[in-house]
Amino acid sequence: MIQWAGVAVFLLAIFIAIPGFVAASGRSDLYYTLTSVALLSIASAGVWLTFYIGRINIGQGAFALIGAYVSAILVTKAGISFWLSLPLAGLFAAGVAVLIGLPILRLRGVYFAMISLVLTQVVTLTALALPITNGAKGITSIPLPGGVSIFGLTLIPDFATLENPRLAFYYAASVLMVLTFAAMYRLVNSRLGHLCRSMQQNEELASSIGVNISYIRVIVFSISSFLGGIGGAMFGSIAQSVYPSSFQVADSVNFMLNCFLGGLGYVFGPMLGTLVLYFGWDLLFELGRFQLLAYSSLLIILMLFLPNGLLSLRLPGKKGADK
Amino acid sequence: MSHLLEVRHVTKKFGGLTANSNISFNVNENEILSVIGPNGAGKSTLFKMISSFLPTTTGEVLYKGERISNLKPHVVARKGVVRTFQETTIFKSMTVRESIIVAQHLRARASLAGYFWGTKTAHEDVASFGQYADDLIEFLGMTEIANEQASNLPQGNLRALGIAIGLATDPKVLLLDEPFAGMNHDETMKMVNLVRKVRDDRGVTVLLVEHDMPAVMNISDRIVVLNFGEMIAEGTPAEIQNNEKVIEAYLGSADDEIGI
Repeated sequence: MIQWAGVAVFLLAIFIAIPGFVAASGRSDLYYTLTSVALLSIASAGVWLTFYIGRINIGQGAFALIGAYVSAILVTKAGISFWLSLPLAGLFAAGVAVLIGLPILRLRGVYFAMISLVLTQVVTLTALALPITNGAKGITSIPLPGGVSIFGLTLIPDFATLENPRLAFYYAASVLMVLTFAAMYRLVNSRLGHLCRSMQQNEELASSIGVNISYIRVIVFSISSFLGGIGGAMFGSIAQSVYPSSFQVADSVNFMLNCFLGGLGYVFGPMLGTLVLYFGWDLLFELGRFQLLAYSSLLIILMLFLPNGLLSLRLPGKKGADK
Repeated sequence: MSHLLEVRHVTKKFGGLTANSNISFNVNENEILSVIGPNGAGKSTLFKMISSFLPTTTGEVLYKGERISNLKPHVVARKGVVRTFQETTIFKSMTVRESIIVAQHLRARASLAGYFWGTKTAHEDVASFGQYADDLIEFLGMTEIANEQASNLPQGNLRALGIAIGLATDPKVLLLDEPFAGMNHDETMKMVNLVRKVRDDRGVTVLLVEHDMPAVMNISDRIVVLNFGEMIAEGTPAEIQNNEKVIEAYLGSADDEIGI
């Protein structure tokens, strides 16, 4: 009961209270910030899932970039609706993840982390080299998402005709985030989640009880990259442009930090981690040239004193999958 | 009696080192067979090859006439040949019951997507996993520690948990890796009884690797002895006890230890 109440409060907050607050305060730039947090937390959720099979993934930026490009190319060159390009971008990223994951997921610990760290750079360089991605100039002037209607009933309005597309993006990103985390919660508490946990704790033992560990690893990595692709595609659409530098190695590192900060044992960890990290950076802006110093020091202190993440403080109504 | 498991001319070389040389023996249905030998005799290597955790260099292992060597461990487990590990290899942050539930992977009928969407088959599976886990916990006398986290358990219980995880897969052949290592006499006797019970009540054929001689003599129907990677004897405990080569191998190894 408490959990459902928590979920209800959370949904009310993001869909009614926050838009109300922003409208009252007149700071509509907050929409952009909150939309970014929602989208980054979707990509971070993917990274969290690879942590759940015991792999340190510092390559989510690569898949976000792939997603952004696939969606941008589909919308600008093939002229299909953004809302169709969104799942296609995710699927394409997942497909790439399968091809890359098959060889590299055998690696463990720091070896996998190092290879994944290179991925972002590889995708950036590929985007610079390929004709279809338009090199360093990137893809610009991407049209805003069009409308979706069935039998004359408008499900999603055409963003270009809206008075406030920022609010529309905020809602779209929030819906995607809620769907992502609902699915993650379900996944972690279903058999796949149990198998992931068994692999995280001991891969040899997991394979001895008949778990096809290489198959599960690839499945999980492709789900993770699907989420990265979705997050990236949505970002491209908001910025209306994609460049090879849209997602960099630093972004990949941030996706990972979001998970650490929120807590690797908690499904909702990446959401909280992204929020705190994103706002934390902005709040420290006042410190000027000491911003990075203060930011990194705070991160180190947090990780020292809360090694299991912020959620280990046990927020009521936000119970994790792990104890 | 039919041969359930056949080890045929199995050889393993690591570079220039021969860990196992041309080993052949059979395991009959419903027997307890032990592989013994001094340290470094190649027991563990052989054990890993039977469960496909290591490939053989030459030779093969057959289960019901089907080759099970040089496959992947999960494929061998799926056929019904399941190994256990020594006590450090467990699911540390799961409880005993959770470990046994997860280990019933092979009994699952619904697909992974089925569990995600919560189909009827998945719900039935989940209920049956719980039931089976409770039965197994009672069978192994682990009721009191069912909800203990594995990392908090003492060594003796961890060994039993390892066997429980293996049994949860509903195996036909259970391979036990040094089930008596580091145990005192009482603990060893408890474990001997447990392994016997597994064979008698659940019809599981047991192959174990061990160097605790008294326990092996007590529990085994037949014994295979390895020394320096070669098989030097095979027979009933009584035969092995009076085998000159075996006595020599064990005394020899004792000398070596003093020599160091």
